[in-house]
Amino acid sequence: MAKAGLPVFKPSLTGFVVPLVAALGAVFGFLWGLSMGNGTLGIVLGAVLGAAIAYVLPTAVPVKKTGVLGVAILIGVLGFFLGGAGGAFAGVIIGAVVGNAAYWLATGDYRAGLPPYASSNQVLWHHFFRIGICGFIFFFLIAPIITIIPLSFNAENFFTFTKKMLTLDPEGYSLKHYRDFMTNPDWQLALKNSFMIAPFATILATSFGTLAAIGLSQSHVPFRRAIMAVLISPMIVPLIISAAGMYFFYSRIGLQGTFIGVVLAHAALGTPFVIITVTATLVGFDRSLTRAAANMGADPVTTFFRVQMPLIIPGVVSGALFAFITSFDEVVVVLFLGSAAQKTLPWQMFTGLREQISPTILAVATIMVGISIVLLTVLEMLRRRSERLRGLSPA
Amino acid sequence: MSDPATAAVTATTPAREEVLTTHDGQPLKKSLARALRREKMRALMLVAPLLIFILITFIFPIGDMLFRSVENNIVGDTLPGTVRALQNWDSLSGEAPGETVFAAFADDMMVAQEEKTHTRLGSRLNYDQPGISSLFRKSGRRIAKMDNEAQVEAFKAANPLWGEAAGWQALRNSDAWPDALPATAISWANFSRFVESDKRGKVDPANEVPYSFTFAALDEDLKAMPPETLQSLASSSNADVAAMFGSLQGKVADIPPSTYKEQFLQVDMDWGLVENWATIKRLSPEFTDGYFLAAVDAERRADGVHMKPENERLYIMLFWRTILMSVMITVSCILLGYPIAYLLANLPVRTSNMLMILVLLPFWTSLLVRTSAWKVLLQQQGVINDVLVWIGLIDDTNRLVMINNMTGTIIAMTHILLPFMILPLFSVMKTISPSYVRAAKSMGATDWTTFWRIYFPNTVPGIGAGSILVFILAIGYYITPELVGGTSGVFISNRIAYHISSSLNWGLAAALGSILLILVLGLYWLYDRIVGIDNVKLG
Repeated sequence: MAKAGLPVFKPSLTGFVVPLVAALGAVFGFLWGLSMGNGTLGIVLGAVLGAAIAYVLPTAVPVKKTGVLGVAILIGVLGFFLGGAGGAFAGVIIGAVVGNAAYWLATGDYRAGLPPYASSNQVLWHHFFRIGICGFIFFFLIAPIITIIPLSFNAENFFTFTKKMLTLDPEGYSLKHYRDFMTNPDWQLALKNSFMIAPFATILATSFGTLAAIGLSQSHVPFRRAIMAVLISPMIVPLIISAAGMYFFYSRIGLQGTFIGVVLAHAALGTPFVIITVTATLVGFDRSLTRAAANMGADPVTTFFRVQMPLIIPGVVSGALFAFITSFDEVVVVLFLGSAAQKTLPWQMFTGLREQISPTILAVATIMVGISIVLLTVLEMLRRRSERLRGLSPA
Repeated sequence: MSDPATAAVTATTPAREEVLTTHDGQPLKKSLARALRREKMRALMLVAPLLIFILITFIFPIGDMLFRSVENNIVGDTLPGTVRALQNWDSLSGEAPGETVFAAFADDMMVAQEEKTHTRLGSRLNYDQPGISSLFRKSGRRIAKMDNEAQVEAFKAANPLWGEAAGWQALRNSDAWPDALPATAISWANFSRFVESDKRGKVDPANEVPYSFTFAALDEDLKAMPPETLQSLASSSNADVAAMFGSLQGKVADIPPSTYKEQFLQVDMDWGLVENWATIKRLSPEFTDGYFLAAVDAERRADGVHMKPENERLYIMLFWRTILMSVMITVSCILLGYPIAYLLANLPVRTSNMLMILVLLPFWTSLLVRTSAWKVLLQQQGVINDVLVWIGLIDDTNRLVMINNMTGTIIAMTHILLPFMILPLFSVMKTISPSYVRAAKSMGATDWTTFWRIYFPNTVPGIGAGSILVFILAIGYYITPELVGGTSGVFISNRIAYHISSSLNWGLAAALGSILLILVLGLYWLYDRIVGIDNVKLG
């Protein structure tokens, strides 16, 4: 919507809106036509349909919501007759996109947020940058992760979408890869090991790391730079070098192929993240609070647990989450340090991918994406809480 | 100043200033210094547990790896007598060593095959001298059958004590041991090791007569000994020792020489080759630069260090490829990350927080999940090829090969490392005031000039930080190249892993790792100088 007080800009209907929507319709029509076996016919029909929508809709139905809904239902029904459930699904999406585009262009909303004096080239570039370039990059970032989720429900042992999946036929989907994951002893051992190793590594990394971060944040620390460099180094040194060094050394002292060895190594890899997150929380920590506590007779331990800890706990927990995910995701070190008895989920995935790739991996991957979403949500909540506690902007 | 109270204070201050004290009578300066010291100690105490933990579990292993890249104990440990005997042999003489060396070698091999270390030594030497490992295996099987009876009998005939444990005990307790009989002493140590290993500690070697190899060493010592020494041994204070050596006086030359050289040549003629012995001699020092030379495609020959022949060079090419691909990945990350960071930094907070999820979700998703996703998508029968065929851009028979080559590695790793570029860029762009851009535009700059002359230079620190971070991470990557890189898209890390787990050439793996580590630490130092390690932010 244009702001009140400014003249409402109305683009030309036949010279601007109709051709653009028709072109959009032609693109969708082409894709649809391809799946039916005739691309050219698709282009023509799509363009005609798009032009018709653009010409009729914004003037006939002034309420955007109703109009978009109507078009989505219309194309959805059309899709159902052409291609069943899958066609209906695609039709609804196409209808919503085309309908939205028609209103967006026809009402002049596409100029909202841009200065009124912007030239048409500037407007074009603005939208090309946002929709074309950034849209493509976001697609690149997220599509691989999204794609594997439906593929993990594939009823066949294929790594691509089958005809039945595309037409949303229930027979094309199944939970068999998940069933395989739940019943296969290899995967179950890996799952158990992952959930055994990661918590221990997290506890070690978090307790050592938090203490060290508190120590490093004191005002007078001798050799602070050197100590920091040593403590951060597990994050910087390439994993293959860490793995090689640990492998040589741990096999000398008999820790290679043991549970303890893997836990110690993972704890070492996780500590830099704890230090960084806890140090960041301590930057905003008001030192006079501990002095006040000491002044009122609290001993250092009480001060730590009753005053300092509650304030830095968001940093500690997010550090712990980082340490957890580091261990949970880690594969290089465990490949070298562990023996078959310590194999973790990433190890099992790695060998699965290298030797004979089985679709069960996609089911595991989907579960792990779910775990990362949970962790990400927790982390975001912690960040907000931490900012609130420190009196920063709640946004 | 006229106020009397003030005047009194000014009058007394100089005297007090010299010894300001705290309430308990301590000088303030001392007390403050003590408090400061205590504070420092407390900070150190808090850091100490982690510091010790990291030093033991991480820094020490890395140091151990660096050490392993130059360490070369295996020849000296496995063949102690041979190494000593080879000191007198000149590898440029063009002739194989004499009986002395072969006798010591037979002795060492007897222990080595009992301890099962001779095959390990063989494979180690094989890195430098292909073919030698089979010689070691073959000789190991035959060593127990080698014979030195004539010599042993000659000693026993001179004095039966030579064949009795009591005689040898007396010899070892005398002053002559071990200085006058160096080779014999080494052989005796070998024999003790052999008995320990063979009888598993149930037999005390001190109560035994050594095996026949030791008599060859004894023979060698005697023949190398000046007559005066033998004379003094024969007049030893111990009656047994005196008798044993007395019986040999004037007869040393009559003892038949051992025939180990002949016997080894019967096992395999290749023991007569100078190169094999030159390799053993060259690798006998405790430290070697051989692994580092191999890591840069060089080798040490009899006449100095040379580059390997063109067709055998591998590692320099691999290092270059690793660096080149890391640069390509970094550049792709800049190209893809810049627009996203710009968009996120210039959108309203609510929208940018929503879009940020699209960046953070891949960041938080397991590396293996993302790699397997790319493996599935990029396959020839995968989703991307299917879509391209469907749209009609490519023919069904000419599906693109996007995996198991460089393309696969670059695409997958750009995707994996992109968040590491976006996040630092975003935090830098967030701090650029929009008024700069407005000021430039108000003075008539075009959009492009405004961007290129005003906005872009302000984002350079972000590009620098992100690039170094991505480059450091890329250069040491192992998992993704291993899974989607095939043979043409692998990094130096994959070669290191190969040497650790498949070829078992740990020294070379350590040398390659050390070079990579130095490279990364250099970049890390640069990162610390430019960005500061304290400024690393996560999420």
